[in-house]
Amino acid sequence: MSAPLITATGLAAIRGERLLFRDVSIAVHGGESLVLRGANGNGKTTLLRILAGLTRPAEGSVTREVGFHWIAHRTGLKPHETPREHLCLWARAWGVPFDNIDSRLAEAGLKRPGDVPARLLSAGQRQRTALARLKLDPRALWLMDEPFSALDVEARAALNRDMREHCAAGGAIIAAVHGDVGLDADREFAL
Amino acid sequence: MVTAPSPISAAFRQALSEAWAGGAGALLPVGFFAGAAILVPFGIGSQPDQLSAIGGGILWVALALSSLVTMERIFQSDLEDGALDLWLQADAPLAAIAAAKTFAHWLAAGLPLVLITPLLGLMLQLPPDQLLPAAGAYGVGGIAFFMWGGVGAALTASVRRGGLLIALIALPLYVPTAIFGAMTLEAGAARMPPEALLLAATSLFACGIAPFAMAAALRLAAD
Repeated sequence: MSAPLITATGLAAIRGERLLFRDVSIAVHGGESLVLRGANGNGKTTLLRILAGLTRPAEGSVTREVGFHWIAHRTGLKPHETPREHLCLWARAWGVPFDNIDSRLAEAGLKRPGDVPARLLSAGQRQRTALARLKLDPRALWLMDEPFSALDVEARAALNRDMREHCAAGGAIIAAVHGDVGLDADREFAL
Repeated sequence: MVTAPSPISAAFRQALSEAWAGGAGALLPVGFFAGAAILVPFGIGSQPDQLSAIGGGILWVALALSSLVTMERIFQSDLEDGALDLWLQADAPLAAIAAAKTFAHWLAAGLPLVLITPLLGLMLQLPPDQLLPAAGAYGVGGIAFFMWGGVGAALTASVRRGGLLIALIALPLYVPTAIFGAMTLEAGAARMPPEALLLAATSLFACGIAPFAMAAALRLAAD
């Protein structure tokens, strides 16, 4: 088997005075999806942030072999930004084509709200905008914190399809998920 | 259309549009600046020679305080809406992104302050031939104020109502700029006295050091 796209060994996290988890080791290969499960406050978000290099672990180390996309509860959308501006901005920052933004918006079901400032959008529309970043720039690893939150049935189905296609194309996904969202992950990890 | 990855210019554009998004982005500090400068003659009396002696210094103090008016939000909003998490992953040094954001903020909120200093200077009885050179000095010093203010903003990004804390952190760092700025005006800014070079040096120092301090503080804030 090929080398894993992301390897974490012996991770421990402390939040305030509380030990969230310890001795967490994860390796995810291309084509695999891993779902993190656990009650609220068990450290799923912290684990994902550690995997993304945003939070430093109290112990352990993370090695990423590839670039990754970050999808989280805080979408990264500015209140004054429209979905179109948001996608153009990050296309510019990442140096990827941004002449196909219209089709990206249409795919994400954001054709009509594409030019509405984010503060007037629903939570689901903001989440769709964040998810549209995934297709802007092909990256092998997706780190996702509750990607299905606020999405309607149609958008959930579309995201499920995208995630399956991503794995089929050799990509990897680590996602924190609550409840049954119709995602058939290869592996589950309970925190 | 494909362009080279340009996270730094993207951060600059985003910060600039964010500064203007509130509508009164530039007007708020300008109003505060003018208000503070106009209040002084009422407090100390409006004898022309008295005003002319202290007018330049008053504008330095007012400029320093005005630079802090809108500083609170420049990094705090990024932390709250998740944009900071994305910038942390961008393919550019975080210090460069922080510097670009602060520069954009200076363009939106700092440059308008500099542009009205000749008018306020006239009201405070500054010599007319000194007005434009003085504006240059305020412009150079203002960059240092905004850079150090940015450090305060980054350090307090995760603090609710951190505005006063920013002032506590940044104001001591303003001191060298204020000293050399006032000395420059006293020596006559038009003649480019050595004090003007020292004033420029404090701004260059701020531009060199502050971005790295901002980056370190932002990493901590995201942690």
